[in-house]
Amino acid sequence: MQIPYIWNYLPLALQILAALALAGGMVTASYILGKHRRTKVKLSTYECGMEPVGDARGRFTVRFYMVAMLFILFDVEAVFMLPWAVIYKQLPGITHSRFFGFNEMLVYIGFVAVGLFYVWKKGILNWAADKGDL
Amino acid sequence: MSSALLSILPEVVLTVTGVLIMLADPFFAPKASKKALGWLAVLGTLGAAGATLLQLRTHQILLTFSGSIQMDTFSVFFHLLIASIVLLTLLVSLDYFKPGATSHSGEYFALVLFGAVGMMLMTCSVELLMVFIGLEISSISTYILAGYRKGQATASESSLKYFLLGSFATAFFLYGIALAFGATGTTSLNGIASGLSVTAFPTMAFLALAMMLVGLGFKVSAAPFHVWTPDVYQGAPAPVVGLMSTAPKAAVFAVLLRITATTYSSELLHARWVWLIGIIAVLSMTIGNLGALLQKDAKRMLAYSSIAHAGYLMVAYTALPADSIAAAAFYTAGYAAMNVGAFAVISQLGGYDEPLRTIDDYRGLAQKHPVLAAALAFFLLSLIGIPFTGGFFGKFYVFNAAIGAGHVWLAVLGLLNSGVACFYYLRLLTALYSRKLGEEGGEFEGSSPAAAIAIAGAVLATLLLGVLPGKVLGLAQRGATVQVSRNR
Repeated sequence: MQIPYIWNYLPLALQILAALALAGGMVTASYILGKHRRTKVKLSTYECGMEPVGDARGRFTVRFYMVAMLFILFDVEAVFMLPWAVIYKQLPGITHSRFFGFNEMLVYIGFVAVGLFYVWKKGILNWAADKGDL
Repeated sequence: MSSALLSILPEVVLTVTGVLIMLADPFFAPKASKKALGWLAVLGTLGAAGATLLQLRTHQILLTFSGSIQMDTFSVFFHLLIASIVLLTLLVSLDYFKPGATSHSGEYFALVLFGAVGMMLMTCSVELLMVFIGLEISSISTYILAGYRKGQATASESSLKYFLLGSFATAFFLYGIALAFGATGTTSLNGIASGLSVTAFPTMAFLALAMMLVGLGFKVSAAPFHVWTPDVYQGAPAPVVGLMSTAPKAAVFAVLLRITATTYSSELLHARWVWLIGIIAVLSMTIGNLGALLQKDAKRMLAYSSIAHAGYLMVAYTALPADSIAAAAFYTAGYAAMNVGAFAVISQLGGYDEPLRTIDDYRGLAQKHPVLAAALAFFLLSLIGIPFTGGFFGKFYVFNAAIGAGHVWLAVLGLLNSGVACFYYLRLLTALYSRKLGEEGGEFEGSSPAAAIAIAGAVLATLLLGVLPGKVLGLAQRGATVQVSRNR
């Protein structure tokens, strides 16, 4: 008998069920088994950290934003090198050329370097520089 | 030269030029004039157009990068169109940013070029994931460009709205790709074309097509996915509006043509697809024209007019294969010439601060700048579709193709809509030629020499498409033949 195509998704459905059972089970179990002592300290925002001060919607200097954004950008750019490095030895076989894979990465790093140069020359990496114009 | 390099040579030229601009920009003083960088961008665009002509001369179809890029007459047609639009936009923008207006006028030119890379990539991709990457490159550049007049509240609104709704639409397109992969087991358009006729999931395949239509329909501002258009066009700089109302739309229409071509293999799916497109076309035409009637702001009116034109263009997609592709490709060219031209004139009259908003602000233009007024009037006449303009032949071929496929009702609705459209275009036109009311409204600025060349070029292109459409139509038809023969 031909098995309907949709049954191919059975492992996926089982996985979702297992995930739901695990997550739901852990929360429920700790709710049932754990003791509940609702003191003032227990219910504060950060039980063992600093007391929250002020509103989260205050104004921050744009410098934090620039640093965070650049971190994400260069982080993601670095991540792209990993899959390349993993299959580097097979690349000559795939591309039928000895240096094609190598040269492609050179082009890629070149673009990353251009980005770094632009950011540096514009004075973004200099924390003290005037950012009023951004 | 390797065939892989040849197939993406225009994109490579534009990318390298854009990178050079980004490298050179920090060496200028922040508030200095970056006009030299603008000229470098112009040079790069000319180089890209030259590279495209080189592609055209090879007379071959190249399938490169593991079957994700296809260089053919169809892609060459749209490459040339996008390069021309970008060239005109750059010329118009050269003096748009007065020194000191913004310290980011250098990056502006680079962003225009990077956007063009994405648009060109879309027109030569035959792999949906590659189309998606092209769409993102072009969209992200235009999101930034829309908010370039940073101090103005309308500009921020424009950029943010475009970004949020644009990302939302992109998600739809991506979901469509996923469903298409589910239904046919491939994301290559050629593979989907052969997979659609044998797929075990016709409903999933139809859903995939519909999802992609939502995503792409947003990008061409077709109703009911058009709500962002007036707000975004109102706040974005006028030269950018000229660019983003034509070039990315041309690219998306090219993608839509390639997707439409995949449905030819399955009669059932093609019939349903034509219905979807027909409904969207009628909605866009009607909502666009009725909306434009109510506008007081000139840029908003032209935004609604661009919605209506997207509707006319969609009519072409319901026609028989070869007719439909040639007619749609020709219409994008005609529409691009007149719309870029109209926004070029508007950008020169208002300048960076854009004090001219309402239609009444344009009163008395003919007395002060008779030539600019005549050019704007000519573009408006072409947008109406008067004979001897590109707009006329665009509409003629589109409605003719629809009638040829038996969709007479679409052609009739289109003609009725064109009649309604006369009214609001003529309202702006009569304002140009009537006396100024009092002193309110800003002064008109004149056109810079470079922009004058661009406006003259747009006039010439509109006129040429209206008098001698043969050459452009011939290229469009050759592109259409490639598509049809490939996907049958």
